[in-house]
Amino acid sequence: MNDAIRAILRDHARLSVDALSLADDADLFKAGMSSHASVNVMLALEGKFEVEFPDRMMTRDVFGSIEHIRGALEELTKGA
Amino acid sequence: MTTMPDPRQALYDELVSYGHIIPAGVPGIFGRGAVFEDVLRRFDGLLSTVAEKDGAESMLFPPVLDRKVLEKSEYLDSFPHLAGAIFSFFGGESQAGELRAAVHEGRPWDPWQKMTDVVLTPAACYPVYPGLAGVLPEQGRLIDMQNWVFRHEPSAEPTRMQAFRVREFVRAATADVVVEWRDAWLERGLALLSSLGLQARSNVATDPFFGRGGRMLARSQREQKLKFEIEVPVLAESEPTALCSFNYHQDHFGRIFGIRTHDGAVAETACLGFGLERCVIALFKTHGMVPAEWPRPVFEKLWARAPEAKAS
Repeated sequence: MNDAIRAILRDHARLSVDALSLADDADLFKAGMSSHASVNVMLALEGKFEVEFPDRMMTRDVFGSIEHIRGALEELTKGA
Repeated sequence: MTTMPDPRQALYDELVSYGHIIPAGVPGIFGRGAVFEDVLRRFDGLLSTVAEKDGAESMLFPPVLDRKVLEKSEYLDSFPHLAGAIFSFFGGESQAGELRAAVHEGRPWDPWQKMTDVVLTPAACYPVYPGLAGVLPEQGRLIDMQNWVFRHEPSAEPTRMQAFRVREFVRAATADVVVEWRDAWLERGLALLSSLGLQARSNVATDPFFGRGGRMLARSQREQKLKFEIEVPVLAESEPTALCSFNYHQDHFGRIFGIRTHDGAVAETACLGFGLERCVIALFKTHGMVPAEWPRPVFEKLWARAPEAKAS
């Protein structure tokens, strides 16, 4: 799942570093992701994983690192 | 059964009955009467007095903006519902005839219009940023302007206009300088509005971003305390009206328009704007429709000096 998240970050997060070599716990905002880019990441993740992030998950914390994104996706796809 | 009068309509009607605003057919669009304009100029003059030692560069822009600036600034990513682009006619004789016929027959005539290179200015500060490109002086730059702004949000509420003026200041510098400047103006704004007898208070706020993505942008903006407003109860105590808005953009415009600090880093920017018509309407609602009958300290503060003093 982390590689799929990295691929979406590469295409949508407009990071100043290579998304594919990013550590799971690296801060995506510090790596150059803007608020607008995080929205594009969210929408791309929703398309790829066929989920819809509820309002409570639309935070900088949830979209702040690969491992946090994975945690949210696992919660949303649990039992699916 | 009696119905409660709508406070928005009641305030609108009262402003109209005193000639302060002049209906112009479309919600959120109205003319301003002489007394309204006198109060507005005097309030704007007070802002000039507060700011006069800051050494800001004054600029004036027309109410239209290069469309590329709007596109580049990501305004349409955040507020597609508020933007207004200018369309015009590019055709020849036969198309002009078709257009004319459509108008006179009451049919839509937009098929004969195409987008021009300009849009209506969506926020007073937008024309400024492209001109800040390059390396800033060591102390950064400070710009002072009063511009007309368009927002596509027709409303019966007189404080929610489609076209209005904003007295705006923009600071471009390092993060520390920008935040300190913003915080100082927050205090200045509160002091100024309170000195005019308005119940002003500041709050963390969010912009009216569009859609689901917009909810995420608003959350992010609130979490980082990037926007403050100074609010005053105008229509209802429970829903105060924002008279003044402070936006800290971090490196958003610096990145997009290539604005750099003297040591080569991407510059940060913030802007703050007083909604001039809203400030005037708040004064009328709070103190009454006749300025001569306002509390003496308020009247004297506004009328003690000539509104043209800024030019002297």
